Amino acid sequence: MLKIEHISKTFNPGTINEKVAIKDLSLTVNDGDFITIIGSNGAGKSTLFNAIAGSFFTDSGRILLDDEDITMQSDHKRARKIGRLFQDPMLGSAPGMSIEENLTLAAGRGGWLSRITKAERNAFKEKLSLLEMGLEDRLEQPVGLLSGGQRQALTLLMATYNPPKILLLDEHTAALDPATADKVIELTKKIVEENNLTCLMITHNMQQALELGNRLIMMDNGNVIYDVSGDEKKSLTTEDLLRKFKENAGNALDNDRILLS
Amino acid sequence: MMLLIQTTLELGLISSLTVLALFLSYSMLNVCDLSTDGCFTLGAAVGAMVALSGHPILAVFAAMFAGVISGFVVSILQTKMGIDSLLSGIVVNTGLYSVNIAIMGDSSQVNLNKVKTVFTMMRSLFDKEGNTALGIWLDWYKTLTVLFFVIIVILFLAFFLRTRLGLAIRATGNNSAMVKASSINPAFTTITGLCVANAITGLSGCLMAQYQKSANIDIGGGMVTIALASLLIGGVFMSRGKIAKRAVGAVIGAVLFRLVYTIALRFNMPASMLKLVSSVIVVIAIFGPYMRSRYPMFMRKLELKKGYAGERRDENA
Repeated sequence: MLKIEHISKTFNPGTINEKVAIKDLSLTVNDGDFITIIGSNGAGKSTLFNAIAGSFFTDSGRILLDDEDITMQSDHKRARKIGRLFQDPMLGSAPGMSIEENLTLAAGRGGWLSRITKAERNAFKEKLSLLEMGLEDRLEQPVGLLSGGQRQALTLLMATYNPPKILLLDEHTAALDPATADKVIELTKKIVEENNLTCLMITHNMQQALELGNRLIMMDNGNVIYDVSGDEKKSLTTEDLLRKFKENAGNALDNDRILLS
Repeated sequence: MMLLIQTTLELGLISSLTVLALFLSYSMLNVCDLSTDGCFTLGAAVGAMVALSGHPILAVFAAMFAGVISGFVVSILQTKMGIDSLLSGIVVNTGLYSVNIAIMGDSSQVNLNKVKTVFTMMRSLFDKEGNTALGIWLDWYKTLTVLFFVIIVILFLAFFLRTRLGLAIRATGNNSAMVKASSINPAFTTITGLCVANAITGLSGCLMAQYQKSANIDIGGGMVTIALASLLIGGVFMSRGKIAKRAVGAVIGAVLFRLVYTIALRFNMPASMLKLVSSVIVVIAIFGPYMRSRYPMFMRKLELKKGYAGERRDENA
């Protein structure tokens, strides 16, 4: 269970560029939740993810993961428990290294001086074959040769190789072409279901936000303005969402990449 | 002539160790370690002093250990103390000048004439009565000594860079965000990488001192540029493929660089030109690929300009 208690974050405090990105935000994510997150530009969606993942420390408040206080834990330590995918498929893997080398680091097994074993290689092949992209036959090729979709799928595999307690997906299909994006979403669904992962996903695709997951969160101005789950979420339509947004935020949903269908 | 080639090969192989150090820090970790000059001198100073006290083999390890300490300081400055990576190299390099003078007993040079070195030890190993099989190698004992160290370092790198730690070091230079996502602290990999790289640089300095039977405070001057030039030359031949192959490429680059320099000396180029030559090579090696990528754009610009000039001429006519 992820418990976020009254966190705030202000960038460039005391300067002309001061920006309150998150204001007194509290959120409890239950185990097994698959939450989709929507909101305007600058609503604080990515900032929330950065706070959870530890890209920076929050100015105030606490973050608890399974009753462990991770508020001041550095990002690489949290990475053991928190997996993350970005919009940019290039961010998740090292282009100059081979697929198996990338996976070895993600798997994180064995001592510092251990080398890739045959058993590991077979395990990699097995996992890669689940992607159905033929990557299992390209173990020794540099990741830089893969397409954006292939790289994002690989990153998804790497981030979930050791099932994390929380998986953060920050518009991870937004930079892909529609067909590839669908494929990556299918993979995401499959991996999340198989491993029973707790997952937070930012999206600008309203339909996706409604179809995926058991819970939906709407953010505006650095806080959660609408939180819906279960049957209530199932019955929502995109029109409902837009109306709810206007009611709660006081203005229309303003996202320059929003997709309604 | 043979002697000249032999000396070229030996000096090239000794400096190739520094090239291998940069192969680790510059090519793999993507850190341009400007403390290399000072660290090379440090290795020479420590290596000379310990050899002077009668322990040439211990000198090798001592010089490498000194390199580790130097690399540790550089990496701590840049990972834990917020100092820019280039600046931390420069700062340590400056500081090492004083340290090196102090190590050499408040003197700017140490003489190793008639002192037992790893080279003289190798010689006495071959130079035994009745040992005819090894006798033919006697002329090449210095080359063999250096080659021994170079091969060990290449084998070590080929092994090390394929271990999990080695992979993490390579990934740090490639995409440090991905290293963090794998729950590895990039500060740790940077520190480890620079310690190992500087140990190799220290070894290189130590061998140089024992080879030329003296160490002085300027022995490492310009080493970083010379090594970088060699590394880039080596990259022209073997930039892709397995780590071991690329490491061998780096060594070939170092020997080639030395060869070009020797040839230039034969054509009466003053010895002091070495550093200018190395600078120019580094510039060409980095500017070359850059220019190649820019060339089509440059030509297009030129054509457009010509086109405009043509149009104007037509208007005037």
